Amino acid sequence: MMRCIKILIFFACLGPVVSLAWKAYSGGLGANPIEFITHATGDWTLIFLCVTLTISPLRILSKQYWLIRLRRMLGLFAFFYGVLHFTTYIWLDKFFDVHEMIKDVAKRPFITAGFTAFVLLIPLAITSTSGWIRRLGGKNWNLLHRLIYVSAVAAIIHYIWLVKADLTKPLRYAAVVGVLLGYRILAWSVPLIRSKKPIVFPRKPTEVPES
Amino acid sequence: MPINKPTDILSSDITPRTLYLNRRDFLRATAVVGAVTFGGSVVGELVWPSNTASAGSKIDGIQKSKFSTDEKITPYNDVTHYNNYYEFSTDKEGPAQLAKNFRARPWTVAIDGLVSKKKTFDVDSIMKLASPEERIYRHRCVEGWSIVVPWVGFSLSTLLKQVEPLGKAKFVEFTSVYDPNQMPGQRERVLEWPYVEGLRLDEAMHPLTLLCFGMYGEVLPNQDGAPLRIVVPWKYGFKSAKAIVKITFTEKQPINTWNKTAPNEYGFYSNVNPTVDHPRWSQARERRLGEFFKRPTLMFNGYGDQVASLYSGMDLKKYF
Repeated sequence: MMRCIKILIFFACLGPVVSLAWKAYSGGLGANPIEFITHATGDWTLIFLCVTLTISPLRILSKQYWLIRLRRMLGLFAFFYGVLHFTTYIWLDKFFDVHEMIKDVAKRPFITAGFTAFVLLIPLAITSTSGWIRRLGGKNWNLLHRLIYVSAVAAIIHYIWLVKADLTKPLRYAAVVGVLLGYRILAWSVPLIRSKKPIVFPRKPTEVPES
Repeated sequence: MPINKPTDILSSDITPRTLYLNRRDFLRATAVVGAVTFGGSVVGELVWPSNTASAGSKIDGIQKSKFSTDEKITPYNDVTHYNNYYEFSTDKEGPAQLAKNFRARPWTVAIDGLVSKKKTFDVDSIMKLASPEERIYRHRCVEGWSIVVPWVGFSLSTLLKQVEPLGKAKFVEFTSVYDPNQMPGQRERVLEWPYVEGLRLDEAMHPLTLLCFGMYGEVLPNQDGAPLRIVVPWKYGFKSAKAIVKITFTEKQPINTWNKTAPNEYGFYSNVNPTVDHPRWSQARERRLGEFFKRPTLMFNGYGDQVASLYSGMDLKKYF
């Protein structure tokens, strides 16, 4: 059952990239295709960051504790769309001009913020395996993965700083991230709504713990 | 003033309107047009009398211009579906839809301020002041993309001379239409409405500065600034005010809308300049719509031979 749900969600998460590929093939990317791809992949990175951040509060508030088993996949999809977004920038926008990219990262605050958001996701993607959870230990792993909060905030700042005048869309994301992070601050300060049921990390019974 | 070699043919001769549409649209359009012209023309003439120009109708007697570039013209469909026109929407695809029912007639343009003959012109009478010219200009947006558009109009100076500016007049201010009922974007406070732009008088009188009422051989589509707009090819696109209703001659430098919104990002002059970055992005290169690789941006958008002298001795980093 769980396996079915996961497979279903996996393919659903591929929807946006399939849709982009189809639009590219059928000429539906509009007058400025590279801008379209950049915006779409950026949007989906933010959406997946928000969805990933929703899992923990949702599982506690709804008592659907199994939801945690979707979190890793959703987080990795956020990273996946982030990679696409970043690739669009270095390949289609800068054409691998390293010199210009370094100048960009140093000089343009919105690029600096976006770059930070992306780089912070890399260690999280690497340590997303069960092996790494074991190696780091649940406590350290949890601590490390709080970097997603910083990454989400940096991603929002990246969006706010790049628009010319209309802040509607970035502020919408900011509101969502604000609520999701606000919940956590509340949960830490008010012990009552703190999770009674700690996350149990999956561990294969046959494996011998490393010393 | 050195002038590039004139092109011999009009853009409309090289690339007919129908070829701007892709093949599928063309076939569909042909079928629809065929059916509609047969049955609809009689009825249509009764319902919409054709004495007023509307978007899509052909402009007669267009002359070619020595100011035109011979670069490849951007497809019509891109120029009409990729618009920065915040009065309608901040999305680039928005204006094409939202401007569909915009009423560009009746329309008047008031000219006032420091002139000896204040006057309100009807747009149709303005169009008769001189014979229309096709000006194929490069158009560079401050956002880093560019297009090549065959505008139709004539030098703004033709209109401005009509009202006899006074000696005190140093600047010209353009006010765009304010009509939130027709322009949904004006119900949001993204920018301060109405949109205001301005030029120094010598810039406004420069022959390259175009009073524009058409493109691609036809009447200007609503989403591109109908019925009347300004086109200043050596400045970033936002300097080229759309749907103007008022021109005021002033002694003081006007405060243009984008300058008011973010003074450190958008200056009054806003000449295309690859060496002066926008504070948040580089202006060194641009993406010409339809091209995969970015191309270098040219000083004054490639019109330096004609306009650089207007700014001699000025620090263009300071007066950006």
